[in-house]
Amino acid sequence: MLAKIHVTFKKGVLDPQGKAVHHALSDLGYKEVAGVQVGKYMEVQLNGISEEEAQTRVKEMCEKLFANTVIESYRFTLDSAE
Amino acid sequence: MNCGVVVFPGSNCDHDCLHVLKHVFKLRTEWIWHKGGQDLSRFDLIVLPGGFSYGDYLRAGAIAQFSTVMKEVISFAESGGKVLGICNGFQILVESGLLPGALTQNHSRKFICKTVSVRVENAQTPFTQKCAERSVLNIPIAHHQGGYFIDPEELHRLEENGQVVLRYCGPAGEVTDEFNPNGSVGNIAGIINAGGNVMGMMPHPERCADPAWPNLDGQLIFKSILHSCQNGVSV
Repeated sequence: MLAKIHVTFKKGVLDPQGKAVHHALSDLGYKEVAGVQVGKYMEVQLNGISEEEAQTRVKEMCEKLFANTVIESYRFTLDSAE
Repeated sequence: MNCGVVVFPGSNCDHDCLHVLKHVFKLRTEWIWHKGGQDLSRFDLIVLPGGFSYGDYLRAGAIAQFSTVMKEVISFAESGGKVLGICNGFQILVESGLLPGALTQNHSRKFICKTVSVRVENAQTPFTQKCAERSVLNIPIAHHQGGYFIDPEELHRLEENGQVVLRYCGPAGEVTDEFNPNGSVGNIAGIINAGGNVMGMMPHPERCADPAWPNLDGQLIFKSILHSCQNGVSV
């Protein structure tokens, strides 16, 4: 099973990287870009647990380690095929 | 008085911290390796030094917060022991929950390495009692992730409780955006916990505490801790 985890800054927290990338896109001519958030993407291989258990365990991993919930929010999907 | 300096893989200001405590202030000081497994109750002060513990991977301090020694540091702090987190040490303290809030990437996106002025907002703490209230100290910073962040409601509580200890300021103590090097809310450079025994600060007092250097403002932090340990004073 593969957990695919996305972590981004919460609204209201300044994302200087996102702003820098936005400016770069604008300079490249992509004026239609209204905003950019730069976050983290993690893939975690899981063995020997059910999807239900994985939902709980991966959520814990996100709360404890992958995201600093003071400033970041997370979402994840579980792919049992991979 | 017994001092301990925690060493994580990637800590690089541990030697400067030990040097100031042991050779400048002549205090019994030892390393505490991050693998833990020792009783920390014999210490009066534990320092979490600056550096790049675990390469700042994921987030600065994110992995160090789970080093075995941190369980022992948390117990030590809960028993009232004094903990000083400097730079990466401050980052580890907020990640571990010993201090509230978070430290984010500098707004400029640059690593900033320079001497800055900070104003002492609370001179009643064990870490600042040798400083005059509202005095200005010049202490070097060297960080990429030093922007203190906390939500407005918690910030209000912090301010009300006198937990804001140091703010970035100008040479005359003026707290304005111009003198905020990293975008910290309220120009916050250092805070203490509600119990008053755990302090985190981004500037490096150990870099201006050796008499070989002309600037000794950092000595005031160490003198304060020494005085409060010797006199049993707490907040």
